[in-house]
Amino acid sequence: MSVLRPTLALFFLLTLLCGGVYPYLITGVGQLAFSNQSQGSLVNRDGKVVGSALIGQSFTSPHYFWGRPSATGPMANNAGASSGSNQGPLNPALIDAVTRRIETLRAVDPGNTLPIPVDLVTASASGLDPDISLAAAHYQIHRIARARELDESRVQQLIEAHQQQPWLGFLGEPRVNVLALNLALDELKN
Amino acid sequence: MTTQAIVLLIVFLLSLLVLAYPLGTYLAQVGAPGTIRGLGGVAFFERVFYRLAGPKATADMNWKTYALSLLVFNAFGALFVYAIQRWQVWLPLNPQAFGNVAPDSAFNTAVSFVANTNWQGYAGETTMSYLTQMLALTCQNFFSAATGIAVVYALIRGFSSRGQSTAIGNFWVDITRSTLYVLLPLSILFAVILMAQGVIQNFSAYKEVALLDPVTYSQTQTNAKGEKVLDAQGEPVMEAITTTTQTLAMGPVASQEAIKMLGTNGGGFFNANSAHPFENPTPLSNLIEMLAIFLIPTALCFAFGRMVGDIRQGWAVLGAMTIIFVIMTLVVMGAEQQAHPGLQQLGVDQQASQLQSGGNMEGKETRFGISASALFAAVTTAASCGAVNAMHDSFMPLGGMVPLVLMQLGEVVFGGVGSGLYGMLVFAILAVFISGLMIGRTPEYLGKKIQAYEMKMTSIVILVTPTLVLLGTAIAVSVSAGTSSVANPGAHGFSEILYAFTSAANNNGSAFAGISANTPFYNTMLAIAMWFGRFAVIVPLLAIAGSLAGKIPAPVSAGTMPTHGGLFITMLIGVVLLVGVLNYVPALALGPIVEHLQLLVAP
Repeated sequence: MSVLRPTLALFFLLTLLCGGVYPYLITGVGQLAFSNQSQGSLVNRDGKVVGSALIGQSFTSPHYFWGRPSATGPMANNAGASSGSNQGPLNPALIDAVTRRIETLRAVDPGNTLPIPVDLVTASASGLDPDISLAAAHYQIHRIARARELDESRVQQLIEAHQQQPWLGFLGEPRVNVLALNLALDELKN
Repeated sequence: MTTQAIVLLIVFLLSLLVLAYPLGTYLAQVGAPGTIRGLGGVAFFERVFYRLAGPKATADMNWKTYALSLLVFNAFGALFVYAIQRWQVWLPLNPQAFGNVAPDSAFNTAVSFVANTNWQGYAGETTMSYLTQMLALTCQNFFSAATGIAVVYALIRGFSSRGQSTAIGNFWVDITRSTLYVLLPLSILFAVILMAQGVIQNFSAYKEVALLDPVTYSQTQTNAKGEKVLDAQGEPVMEAITTTTQTLAMGPVASQEAIKMLGTNGGGFFNANSAHPFENPTPLSNLIEMLAIFLIPTALCFAFGRMVGDIRQGWAVLGAMTIIFVIMTLVVMGAEQQAHPGLQQLGVDQQASQLQSGGNMEGKETRFGISASALFAAVTTAASCGAVNAMHDSFMPLGGMVPLVLMQLGEVVFGGVGSGLYGMLVFAILAVFISGLMIGRTPEYLGKKIQAYEMKMTSIVILVTPTLVLLGTAIAVSVSAGTSSVANPGAHGFSEILYAFTSAANNNGSAFAGISANTPFYNTMLAIAMWFGRFAVIVPLLAIAGSLAGKIPAPVSAGTMPTHGGLFITMLIGVVLLVGVLNYVPALALGPIVEHLQLLVAP
């Protein structure tokens, strides 16, 4: 029974340290030094929280940029239950889903003949991807300019103002945050 | 494959080397008795811990006592994790009022986190209270990693001892020192860096935020009792719902994220794991998380070299690991960058350019693209981490085969914290044994004769996991309880089952996550695979350590086979690949290989 005392003593001491002191210490540091990040990088407009800069929202109106398709349930971009589609490459459901998404994009923007970028018709890993590729943003310029009665170059400038390029050319991908872009679009109107 | 992917791989490996080399020196000090200069404050806590743990807490142990202490500590840990999950509704820090976890799922999770697997049958943000995440899961992230380090220290002591006694150190000292000197300080550092990048850390209830664009979706209608409403045909009635808000899951994520990576645990706070923007918000946080996974396994190679008094031995083991890792990474990067033929036919643009990563983006995040997702997949399965930043289930057939194979090699390519190195050292023993047979000499490794007893134990260590994987898969595909959980049709469905047992028995924890594993059948079967995959390896390994400790080292002579050169590295890689191939090629042929051929001929 010489094993019992060290087991109990060390288990509870280490549990107190790693499961109690440590997370509260990090929380304290977060509140002091990273008050925005630790709370979810929330975005405000007119004093109202309109989302997190890190979490994708669902956009389906023609006058907004649309984000990545999301496989979360019951609604897309459910930030209370993250999930990917987990469809394998040969799963017929994958091809069906992509076909449907292409049809929706074509239907809402009939004059657009550009090839559709892959990230705009495939579900993200988390179901909460906040970004789209620059290609996906460019593809949507035509529709948004028409819906908002704006010059296409105006929308193009907006993308350029918000785009993120790979850091030092290798870290990250060419992309743009959809929520930030849409908030800027609404600003334009006013 | 793109230039960017190659640059990323090179930068990753160089950064890793720069960080791991000094840490290796430090780990060698932590594994030896005595205080470490400049850390008197930690030593004070250490002494208090030993005082409370009783008089036997620091005495030298033979391998049997060491193994017994390890098993009792881990079994008690499993009990504790189970209890917290089963009582969470009555415990504090449960703002979403999650109910108690079902017995089979709680059992599976308890075994999983104790065995450093962190397989997740549950979805974190809809199941576990903050208290359960912290007190049960975060703690086991530390303890299972500390257990791995303890075992590798014991094995190294077996090699480095002068043969005067069969003692292999003290388990209580090893886990206490690993936690206090290594895991906790590194976790604090990484948690703070991750928070700066945007990983959340709070105890708030989930937040409701207003949407710019309201969402309409359909859901099955329920009556006042919460039952589904059925129409005349017995089909559930769907109703359209419009919502103007989004619910953001919250929690103390950063503190768990840091040790999840550093301890090669991999159990995500959220269901989507490191693909979730709150766990892994930026390309930089992604690089940091990948470095955290490989940091301690790499540093332990250097610590091993120092503890046996010949740093070249550490370099040799690390060299073998790195070669296999780089080859596998290039394969998965190439496979994922290729265009899906089915999507090609639909006219989808999958070409990499200045404007997009292109490639197979199903189940991947835009900020990581192909290169950082493919590298992460190789890192997390080479190490027995199992965190994912992309859904492996949606990888191309050969892309998904790479994670599978890396696990099937026995998690010895970097591998888990401690477990990767001890696994690789067992393959080193096998390699010198085979070499010894070839040249007709008694095999020796690091001066210790490798004899019948060591080889028996080595055989057990190497054969336990393939047995669990192949038997488990065979049973699961034979019964409807096993096959009904599969999400994808055809060969891919078989791969999902094979992946689940491979991941469990090798203590990785990643998944082809389409499989519905939160069923009594899989919860039980996988728990068995995880427990024996962990402890049926550790016990014979400690037996080897004990046996080696009692042997007087043979002096180096002209006939000694050097174990630090290119020849030995080649031999070691050969043995690892040979054992892996012999065990798994038939199973792989039925899964990813068939699927790859089908993809090529698909209309």
